[in-house]
Amino acid sequence: MTDLLREEPRVVSAGVDLFANALAAQAVPVTTVDWRPPVAGTEDHLARVLADPRRPDANALALSRMLAAGADLVDVRPAREVLGLESGQFLHAGPPITWERASGPLRGALIGAALFEGLAATPSSAEALLAAGDGVEWAPCHDSGGVGPMAGVVSPSMWLFELRDEATGRTAWCSLNEGLGTVLRYGAYGPDVVDRLRWMASVLGPLLQAAVRRRERIDVKGIIAQMVQMGDEGHNRNRAGTLMLLRDLLPALVDGGAPSSDVAAVAEFVGGNDHFFLNLVMPAGKLQTSAAADLPGCTVVTTMARNGTDFGIQVSGTGGRWFTAPASTPEGLYLGAFGPDDANPDIGDSAITETIGLGGFAMAAAPAIVRFVGGSVPDALATSRLMYEITIGENPAYAIPILEFRGAPTGIDVTLVTRTGVLPQINTGIAGRVAGTGQVGAGLVQPPMECFTSALSALAAAAPPLAPRPAPEVPGSPIRSAGASHVSRRDG
Amino acid sequence: MIRHVEVRAGTYHDSVTLMQVSQAVQGEEGVGGALVAMATQLNLDLLGGMGFDVPTASPNDLVIGVTADDDAALGRALARVESALAARSSEDSGAGGFGAAAAPRTVGSAARRDGATVAFVSTPGPYAFSDAMDALQHGLHVVVFSDNVPVEQEVRLKQEAHERGLLVMGPDCGTAVVGGVGFGFANVVRPGPVGIVAASGTGAQQLLGLLDGAGVGISHCLGVGGRDLSAAVGGASTLAALDLLADDDATEVVVVVSKPPAPEVADSVRERAEKLGKPVVLALLGPGRPDLTAVAQTVVTTAGAEWRAPRSWPSTAPVAGPYPHVRGLFAGGTLCDEAMLLVSAALGPVLSNIPLEPSWALEPGLPSKGHTMIDFGDDEMTRGRPHPMIDNSLRIERLLAEARDPSCGVVLLDVVLGHGAHPDPAAELAQAIVRARNVAGARGRDLAVVVALIGSADDPQGLEEQARALRDAGASVHLSNAAAARAAIALVNGGGGD
Repeated sequence: MTDLLREEPRVVSAGVDLFANALAAQAVPVTTVDWRPPVAGTEDHLARVLADPRRPDANALALSRMLAAGADLVDVRPAREVLGLESGQFLHAGPPITWERASGPLRGALIGAALFEGLAATPSSAEALLAAGDGVEWAPCHDSGGVGPMAGVVSPSMWLFELRDEATGRTAWCSLNEGLGTVLRYGAYGPDVVDRLRWMASVLGPLLQAAVRRRERIDVKGIIAQMVQMGDEGHNRNRAGTLMLLRDLLPALVDGGAPSSDVAAVAEFVGGNDHFFLNLVMPAGKLQTSAAADLPGCTVVTTMARNGTDFGIQVSGTGGRWFTAPASTPEGLYLGAFGPDDANPDIGDSAITETIGLGGFAMAAAPAIVRFVGGSVPDALATSRLMYEITIGENPAYAIPILEFRGAPTGIDVTLVTRTGVLPQINTGIAGRVAGTGQVGAGLVQPPMECFTSALSALAAAAPPLAPRPAPEVPGSPIRSAGASHVSRRDG
Repeated sequence: MIRHVEVRAGTYHDSVTLMQVSQAVQGEEGVGGALVAMATQLNLDLLGGMGFDVPTASPNDLVIGVTADDDAALGRALARVESALAARSSEDSGAGGFGAAAAPRTVGSAARRDGATVAFVSTPGPYAFSDAMDALQHGLHVVVFSDNVPVEQEVRLKQEAHERGLLVMGPDCGTAVVGGVGFGFANVVRPGPVGIVAASGTGAQQLLGLLDGAGVGISHCLGVGGRDLSAAVGGASTLAALDLLADDDATEVVVVVSKPPAPEVADSVRERAEKLGKPVVLALLGPGRPDLTAVAQTVVTTAGAEWRAPRSWPSTAPVAGPYPHVRGLFAGGTLCDEAMLLVSAALGPVLSNIPLEPSWALEPGLPSKGHTMIDFGDDEMTRGRPHPMIDNSLRIERLLAEARDPSCGVVLLDVVLGHGAHPDPAAELAQAIVRARNVAGARGRDLAVVVALIGSADDPQGLEEQARALRDAGASVHLSNAAAARAAIALVNGGGGD
């Protein structure tokens, strides 16, 4: 707190420019807010939520927990072991969804997973099985403490990275990345796709498991901190992170006694897939946001995730409740002959990277890929800077060199999004609309504002009402002095 | 020699930053060695090598080791650690790096980057609470100029401010002067011994102008908002402002300007005033109470100075009544109130949009009838429209309408000068006054115009020039609003007034 009457005033002005100018004319330092009205219809909810006495401390606690969260890779195991997933059970990206409303790529990935698990012999019989819901069920990865990129489909025989936050003992998981192009997570389910999944389950998973166990732990948070300084933003560019992971794993891989051809294949697969490390950034993000979850009164976003049909968010103060709205279609660049008509709406749990201040939020750190997602370097700098306007803090662990090592913008605040109208910026891959297509491009996308206004409304409903304070019961008579009365005069 | 080691969990800074911090700490007098670093094995080994007991810590923890000659030196060293780390984070939040910084979108964002002390919020009423709350939660005092803020939101703001030791001026705080800086509509006044706590913006401006005119300066003028002394708000800001002025060495005399407080609030204000240790003038405006000019006189004499009657500039036009009724067109609510009190006491009921008696309310559309006074600065009138201190168009329109009304004899206007107000109101109003008088003259009537000119000699518009321009247009001009109202009464009563 400043001493109002003794310090030279330094003023923040919001509203009428005339008054800011009048202050400036008095040689007072004035910072003028680029103010605009909040999203229409939110003013009462905003007042209620901002009046919530729990909010400042809850948000501060959320931020400190997010910044303190660590992320170590501690094991690699099949989903059956990690999650107790049984045959016919699947997990997927984004908020909950039925088969009827599921998008092409999510259906394609479920079909591929059913084939991989041997639940059906052909794609059409797999589709029939899934559509009938006969002995099959699926639920969001997020609700099981993990994340999956794009369609995010996980079945019992797929192997998962397991990460642990040493500070809290909390764990999170993510699938192993298959590479780019025609892959399950983009909705492809051809024989190549299923064969690759089999190799990942029989060779890649076990070798990674042995290597990680020999290493005991790999500091994923530390690698992310370094990759951000090496031009990766952790969502659409993970090249440096992937190579640093490989550097850490290679000695243990080589020393693990597996056939050299398998070791070579694993090294080639990991090193040849620039996105391999995405599947470690994501669960590190899940650990970070889980640390901030379930704090009453807290307005920090803990999840942004899409299932290809709906975009869903979760907010700390409202626990596990999803706030959903139809997902937008990304804008960006397309591979080969694909074009915007081939694009599916936004899909995947990978927006967890933006939720922790990476990806689109850290675009300034990754000038090498701004053109790939259809932007320019000044755009990237402006985007990252704008994201500080909707976040409550900065993460010094993830420092952005070109912004003078400013920490990544961390802790998206629902009230800041609705007050400013500024939506989180997400970098993303673009899946083909039709099941079985695979990746068609990459670009930029934003969540629908409705997710945030719905969350705000729920936060308002959970906040104490704003009621006039009951009048204090002070006995005695009113001031009856006749106007200007001289109440007291003392020397001094 | 003191060896100090501490571990801070979950605090991360990069190694280059921390080396710079370590170096800064070592530069403090009386500090032998210092290591501020992340607790990696390497750094823990270094710490041990420097002779410290190595603590248990992980690489995600910050470890601080300092050797100092004595407690004072250690204190300086640790303070230096804080300031060096804080300096880094404030650099971080500035425009650092390439390209232009994004403009702040919220008060909080602006507060974080520029180390501000006060926020001035003039956003539309339905949104102002969010901006003001944001200011408080970022440690800023706040002037809420906005009106139309629900009272329960005002109560909540003032509760938050109380808990944080901050002051909320407003909502609907038109005027504040803090350390010589004018916020909102404020007059340029000399520094001096009088501290003002004002629930009324234009009431405060009248006092500022009259005190300045009498050669008495102002320490601070803290607005509290028109509802502060209501039962619902409980005088929260008035009490806080009194406490601030009590501790302020520059303030020798305090004046509280308000309508009479709610009974349950009155005692707490009086009690606080009595314990202030400084003379307090409670200027409670209302029927049978002294007007603002009389208050100014009391304050001036309480401050030990000599009272001088406020200046006036008589009209150059001859008196050529009759002048059947007074029509007041006001920008300032308190000025309108004061004029209505005086005129109704002398001439009978005054109809208004802010009537003194419920039965004196104007009909919808506010048509003049008998003695009529309109507050053009009222919440209802400013919704979606600039304040009449900035934009004269509504009042000019009404002035011309009154000129055509045979029942109108005297138009009473306030013209408020100072920061934020129209840069040259007389230029527009003088023309309109000439036109209005011509319109009435063409109908065989004299339209008398009486102006209350609220301002100080050093206001940017130029008090003397404004007064002359208005007088040359045929108006009589008074620095005292009460004097202007009395001049209008005298005209109606058949006297010359000036």
